[in-house]
Amino acid sequence: MPEPGYSADEIMTIAAARQLHNDTVCFVGIGMPSAAANLARLSHAPQVTLIYESGTIEAKPDVLPLSIADSELSETAMTVVSIPEMFRYWLQGGWIDVGFLGAAQIDRFANINTTVIGDYGKPKTRLPGAGGAPEIATSAKEIFVMLRMGQRAFMSKLDFVTSLGHGSGGNNRAEYGAQGRGPSRVITDLGILEPHPETRELELTSIHPGIAVDQVKAACGWPLKIAARMVETPLPTNLELSVLREFKARSEAAGTGRPQKVRAAQ
Amino acid sequence: MAEISSLSEAVRDLIRDGDTVAFEGFTHLIPSAAALEAMRQGKRDLTLIRMTPDIIYDQFIGLGLTRGLVFAWGGNPGVGSLHRLRDAVENGWPKPIELDERSHSDMANAYAAGASGLPFAVFRGHLGDDLPKVNSRLKRVTCPFTGEVLAAVPATRPDVGVVHAQRADKRGNVLLWGIIGIQKEVVLASKRTIVTVEEIVDELQAPPNACVLPHFAVGAVCLEPHGAWPSYAQGFYKRDNGFYKAWDDIARERETFLAWMKRHVLATKNFAEYEASLKSAAKEVARA
Repeated sequence: MPEPGYSADEIMTIAAARQLHNDTVCFVGIGMPSAAANLARLSHAPQVTLIYESGTIEAKPDVLPLSIADSELSETAMTVVSIPEMFRYWLQGGWIDVGFLGAAQIDRFANINTTVIGDYGKPKTRLPGAGGAPEIATSAKEIFVMLRMGQRAFMSKLDFVTSLGHGSGGNNRAEYGAQGRGPSRVITDLGILEPHPETRELELTSIHPGIAVDQVKAACGWPLKIAARMVETPLPTNLELSVLREFKARSEAAGTGRPQKVRAAQ
Repeated sequence: MAEISSLSEAVRDLIRDGDTVAFEGFTHLIPSAAALEAMRQGKRDLTLIRMTPDIIYDQFIGLGLTRGLVFAWGGNPGVGSLHRLRDAVENGWPKPIELDERSHSDMANAYAAGASGLPFAVFRGHLGDDLPKVNSRLKRVTCPFTGEVLAAVPATRPDVGVVHAQRADKRGNVLLWGIIGIQKEVVLASKRTIVTVEEIVDELQAPPNACVLPHFAVGAVCLEPHGAWPSYAQGFYKRDNGFYKAWDDIARERETFLAWMKRHVLATKNFAEYEASLKSAAKEVARA
């Protein structure tokens, strides 16, 4: 099979960017979701509203911010509000269409762990923690999650639930009083997963070109179901690839590109 | 009432061993100079509060000055882990720390409750996450009007709140702009406060609706230009992302961390000397 002409991370970012539209108000997590959200803004959705939890509303960064509060965000934003205002009025107040989150681990009902691997009191690996995610996950109208597939990321059971997805499945999420419809898409380097309309178990609904179903199943920690209506993700266009690569090159030149070893460690 | 003073005096007089201290700053305006001065003076047994602990909290923890940590996200943004925080939690080195772990939303609400003089904060949160299972302070309260069950957390009232800002005037009125984060709430919620600033001017010249901390609500005001480095002060200098990346290597091993802290922080007298020490070390590396 010939080399596809794009990397796994590139198609993941492009597939994620396509989920955002001009009229979307998106609360953006740092890292991969931020790259995807800005790709959407710089390509097909120039009017998309990007909000970062640092308080920046309608940020238009020219380079990828390394943190969620770089001056690149505050200097390009339409306005900057305080943190209590951001969480109380804008997030809790119900103004966010899409909360776009990254994750260290996810389970079959799209619950997320970014807290610990192992026992909380004596963790094998201490992860950074919740940040804004628990309330983003239960306040936005819907949630997109973005992470690379692998047996250590797609777990049948999480050691810790940092942010609620669909709980134990079915209508469990609503029983907690969570707002919004929860995770509707999980965008990965191999394909896109969506919850089954009734069971809310994630299933493969779109597979990236050149990826085999067995490969996706092997990268999942539970027996992954394949949606009957599974499609193939459209190939990245030349425009998408060039905009993404220019954005990354500008970011690296500005010193905010992610260091290579960190990329490898995740 | 605000008093213009030197940072070393402010830290000596206002931060006590065993205090609960919030050195706040949401990536922007992080009070690095004040935090390093507290380390230099060996302030110990501190319970540190911060929504997003980063390098300065890694340093407090690695030096063994920290008893507890109230936090929501402890990492080096865009780079990876805080190695000293991880070593303390995973291995108890140099000593174990008590975690009071939160989310951003709950900390923001808890600070706002502290600033409002309320005993607790109420918000819609912690729905189906495991944080309340490991943190008994996260409770639930029923709305007396609708019956909705909401999250309740105690108000945050630090002994000392420490922030950095762009400008003060000679009376000690403080002006900050850009990502103002939780700075105002921290200052209003704390019993004692230290504000370091980039400049002290005759007239504040604050625009209407600006984020101003009036002199009567501020404790010590200390002139510390560049005192938020390696974070940034909008209008003065940018975030030094290169240093955040370099910190990953400095803090990864206990020995390199301790040697670095001894040389650049503990063996220097103030923030200006600390920055000069880092510059001379960078020149040594360039020559080698």
